[in-house]
Amino acid sequence: MALKIVKGSIDRMFDKNLQDLVRGIRNHKEDEAKYISTCIDEIKQELKQDNIAVKANAVCKLTYLQMLGYDVSWAAFNIVEVMSSSKFTYKRIGYLAASQCFHESTDVIMLTTNQIRKDLSSPNQYDTGVALTGLSCFVTPDLARDLANDIMTLMSHTKPYIRKKAVLIMYKVFLKYPESLRPAFPRLKEKLEDPDPGVQSAAVNVICELARRNPKNYLSLAPLFFKLMTSSTNNWVLIKIIKLFGALTPLEPRLGKKLIEPLTNLIHSTSAMSLLYECVNTVIAGQYWFSVGSKELCVQKLRILIEDSDQNLKYLGLLAMSKILKTHPKSVQSHKDLILQCLDDKDESIRLRALDLLYGMVSKKNLMEIVKKLMLHVDKAEGTTYRDELLTKIIDICSQSNYQYITNFEWYISILVELTRLEGTRHGHLIASQMLDVAIRVKAIRVFAVAQMATLLDNAHLLTGNMQRNGICEVLYAAAWICGEFSEHLENPMQTLEAMLRPKVATLPGHIQAVYVQNAAKLFATILKSQEGNTDSTAAQDTSQLMIDRLPLFVQSANLEVQERASCILQLVKYIQKLQQKDVEVAEEVNALFAGELNPVAPKAQKKVPVPEGLDLDAWINEPPSESESEDEQPKAIFAKEEPKHSRPRHTEVDEKELARRREARKQEQANNPFYIKASPSSQKVYQDAPGVEHIPVVQIDLSVPLKVPGLPMSDQYVKLEEERRQKERAEKKKKEKKKRKEKRSGRGKKHDSGPESEEDITPAHQVDIVTEEMPESNCASVRFYLSRPLADSEKLPVRSHRAAEAAKSPAEDGETENATSLEPKKKSSKEKREKKKDKDRDRKVMVKCWIHHWDCAFFVFIFFCLHFLTGNDAYHLLCSCKSDFKGRLNGRWETMSDTVYDIQGNLQDGSQVVVSVIFENKCDSFLKSMEFNVLDSLNSKLQRPEGSGPHDGLTVPFQLPPGVSNEARFVFTVQSIVMPQKLKGTLTFIVKNEDSSTHEKLDFKLHFTCTSYLITTPCYSDAFAKLLESGDLKGSSVRLEGVNMPFHHLLARICFHHHFSIVERIDSCASMYSRSIQGHHVCLLVKTSGQTVSIDAKCDEPTLLGNVLDEIKQTFSQC
Amino acid sequence: MIKAILIFNNHGKPRLIRFYQYFAEDMQQQIIRETFHLVSKRDDNVCNFLEGGSLIGGSDYKLIYRHYATLYFVFCVDSSESELGILDLIQVCCYFFKMLCRKKQMVFVETLDKCFENVCELDLIFHMDRVHYILQEVVMGGMVLETNMNEIVAQVEVQNRMEKSEGGLSAAPARAVSAVKNMNLPEIPRNINIGDINIKVPSLSPF
Repeated sequence: MALKIVKGSIDRMFDKNLQDLVRGIRNHKEDEAKYISTCIDEIKQELKQDNIAVKANAVCKLTYLQMLGYDVSWAAFNIVEVMSSSKFTYKRIGYLAASQCFHESTDVIMLTTNQIRKDLSSPNQYDTGVALTGLSCFVTPDLARDLANDIMTLMSHTKPYIRKKAVLIMYKVFLKYPESLRPAFPRLKEKLEDPDPGVQSAAVNVICELARRNPKNYLSLAPLFFKLMTSSTNNWVLIKIIKLFGALTPLEPRLGKKLIEPLTNLIHSTSAMSLLYECVNTVIAGQYWFSVGSKELCVQKLRILIEDSDQNLKYLGLLAMSKILKTHPKSVQSHKDLILQCLDDKDESIRLRALDLLYGMVSKKNLMEIVKKLMLHVDKAEGTTYRDELLTKIIDICSQSNYQYITNFEWYISILVELTRLEGTRHGHLIASQMLDVAIRVKAIRVFAVAQMATLLDNAHLLTGNMQRNGICEVLYAAAWICGEFSEHLENPMQTLEAMLRPKVATLPGHIQAVYVQNAAKLFATILKSQEGNTDSTAAQDTSQLMIDRLPLFVQSANLEVQERASCILQLVKYIQKLQQKDVEVAEEVNALFAGELNPVAPKAQKKVPVPEGLDLDAWINEPPSESESEDEQPKAIFAKEEPKHSRPRHTEVDEKELARRREARKQEQANNPFYIKASPSSQKVYQDAPGVEHIPVVQIDLSVPLKVPGLPMSDQYVKLEEERRQKERAEKKKKEKKKRKEKRSGRGKKHDSGPESEEDITPAHQVDIVTEEMPESNCASVRFYLSRPLADSEKLPVRSHRAAEAAKSPAEDGETENATSLEPKKKSSKEKREKKKDKDRDRKVMVKCWIHHWDCAFFVFIFFCLHFLTGNDAYHLLCSCKSDFKGRLNGRWETMSDTVYDIQGNLQDGSQVVVSVIFENKCDSFLKSMEFNVLDSLNSKLQRPEGSGPHDGLTVPFQLPPGVSNEARFVFTVQSIVMPQKLKGTLTFIVKNEDSSTHEKLDFKLHFTCTSYLITTPCYSDAFAKLLESGDLKGSSVRLEGVNMPFHHLLARICFHHHFSIVERIDSCASMYSRSIQGHHVCLLVKTSGQTVSIDAKCDEPTLLGNVLDEIKQTFSQC
Repeated sequence: MIKAILIFNNHGKPRLIRFYQYFAEDMQQQIIRETFHLVSKRDDNVCNFLEGGSLIGGSDYKLIYRHYATLYFVFCVDSSESELGILDLIQVCCYFFKMLCRKKQMVFVETLDKCFENVCELDLIFHMDRVHYILQEVVMGGMVLETNMNEIVAQVEVQNRMEKSEGGLSAAPARAVSAVKNMNLPEIPRNINIGDINIKVPSLSPF
């Protein structure tokens, strides 16, 4: 036995170990692959032996070969064998090999579960450590699930070496097996305060990684981290924590206030650049600008970084600067010198960063200078990526905010033309779109642009040299279009036409050819026009012949678009030629084909087009099919006693009325909308007049150099030119000023220098036709504003009709013989209300009387409660029967004031918040002040009070009321349960100020939240309605109303109106209705009538709510 | 998170690769080649960050590298790591690789700055496994495990001692043979002088 061991080890002596393998590979440079393949054969032999030492050696060599790119997955099982060796040396080799080449789809991994578990619980901490390290690289969801518990136990191991590894690997376990996060989290949190700094750091590390994925979950740990931050001295931990805070502060702004002080302290005190940088970064990310000086401190520190000779610091400084730039461009701008300097840096990474910053650096004054610098870089740049980056940046900074900084568009066009000389750029389309954009929007530049584009077309061969991988030919698309569209500006159209019809064009991409063909036609039209005036008619015929000769090339194109256009135009030209031969003048007609100027159109311009008279966009052209189908269908027997019904066309009267109302509302909205262009004759001219060419300060270019140097860079001269122009302007201005001054005070000879030119003084040479895209945004802003305040009458949705409207409607509908004046029913309705009030609120009467006893002041406060319910994106105007009546003594005599009904409209953020808007009206002739509004909270409903005030404190009404003035205040209530109606008692205290005295007064009131008021009219389709009822979740209840003496549709309208239901379907004397509560309860009704009896079957998922709603419905009808 | 650690020489030959995310072998080689291509064309006096994120990840990733004599140390990290911190970490790693691979006595010296400059390719070539074991004590599963140098040194030392004691008697002859093998090597003289590596290293032939 012993002999065998010795023999084994002697054998092993002559095996190749890793060093031998490496050496061997080095010695076989010429036939490396061959040598390695023999080595692999050897390894295969070694793996077949029983001796674990030999196997381990082989696996070790395989790990090396894996690094060289050889697939060693075939040895996976042998690796597992080595992993399971009892010796640490071999185990370590096995785990290393596994961590290098195992992955989730390695099938032998599932064999390792038990081995790993054994190693994890090994008494030797290094066995455990090696297993943890290996596992961290190849953990799979299965392994994570099976081993999560073992690893969790290890988190409380006695050895910190194991603890920190276990903590760290938990992150991988969480990733693969997310269910483990919740049970493991308390322990992980515990480890944040581990006595061992290594474990602590590991825990911080894990939580930081977790928080990067979902910061919200870890907000609660902020205090703990704050403690760590102020106590820890380990820079690694500090950096992690500071980075974590950078992610947390956007979620919890209050954190920023706490953090700013320790952060600034760190910034001042630390000597570690890495920590300093992270602090600055977090201050920027958290935007702690409220703290005085923090911004300056950051920018100042960053400047130090950028000025540092260490390129790394410079790079990071610029990186952080670009973050500040996003929010505070001004503070970065002051370091323009530094950043421009970085553009010349030899380091590409730094130049790229500096480029990013340039965007915020430019102004009218320095744009040309900066772009000139960039153009120099473009010429020098080697890599295409950097050059492309430069190109996009140039275009970005020039075109930003509607070409705000460009004062001379000729310069810009020539910059674009220069950029086309870039080889191999991917951004041809970008240049093309800029050319098109500028040519279309800047009218004054067209002449120049057309000339440049013609040159481009002429020299197209320069661009398309190697166009296979060349995006630059896109530019020709723009060039051809501009030359065609604005062909009247061409100096030599004939030459351009020829350039466009060259045979080489056929090698361009299809979409460009198509544009060529179309624009050749436009050019042709222009040329005809100019030639027909001449006496020599042959010229015109020659042009036609040219077209006819060249176009067939395009007719044969494989591209359908090109083919179609070409054959169309070819036939047209042939016809023209025929006419020409008969001496018919055709130019005008041909030109008509392309007449009309193309104006720039904003993306949202459609909104501005007035809707023509008589066109109703809301009306159905055809009835939607689903409705007509449902009419034919017999609704399913939803409720118990269903009577046979006849189908019959729907009642459309209401719809029409509603439509009319909507139309009216829209008109009104349009009238109020300042951005809406009304259909008046003058509006048509707006476009032509506004950017009038006459008013554009056009440069007087008196060049000694001709503008058209084909294909030559000439943007530089504009810089000079611009300088001259500005000087001239300045001089003119000075002259004018001088004149003025002379006129004013000719006596004084004192000269004033106008000082350095300010940004505003630079007038652009051309005006951009700015399409106002901002308008819709401002519209949005106003909408947002509306949402936060109660709706104005005009804004209310017409569906939820106001009482007045309802009153006006009712006589017309039910045909009652009463006077059809709108006042009469109103009176009646208020009488109804009063009666109801008497029945219902006897206690309040008592309360009011009590109040009257103390009342000796000649005023009356009129309270108008408005509840605004708002769910989702719709504001619903609700009406609630919250009522109250006050009697007041006016002018020394008791008088019943109108028993006021309060309109309740609402604003509801979620299912539990109600905003009550109260309008206070001072009806007396004294001054009211110091009003305090207080409501006695019930368990269910609470008035929301500012933080820090007690549950019985009143809320101060933020205004005073002079006599006869009304104002509105809003109060937020939280309501928990909405199934029961509620009454809240409240008091309003205030001081009445007369000329000579002031008295303290008190007014009690009650807020009545009925269940109905929690319902929201929600439309529901009949099929959804049927599904809802079939679901069986709803509980039923029914009520019977006797002696209801009104037409059925009137009755339905009443339910809709008073109780916020919508009609789902109505058939004859039977109707189904639907409504939804603010907390999402469904309420369904089936209303049937026969004679004077109305039966209502109802279903709802909340029986209490349903009972209360039915009671309220009953009450409504018992009063009529 | 650290996504990958690559060490290769001036010719792009890998000396150590450690991916914390799975890539197939050919993909790994391609990443090494591309990274080498990116890094090698940069001057020595430019910054150590590269935004060549397209290799391994999106724009969130950065390459942070250091170039010592004949070796490039490249870390691919995402934005949760501090750039300057990783640069420090590379220095620390280099120091350990050098010290441990030469089996010199592990005394922590304050003159770290001098030492890390001397990391030699040869140290790594023959002891890839050991380099891995050191690295495992510093970075685990893509996260920084330990930054305290004394702690790292202690743990690595203990494990090496364990290995030695396990080898015991049976390993002794193997060690002797390996010593004899080394004796025969022509490289030996170079190996001995490796201390002032900066002069020697450029003359090493690539392999």
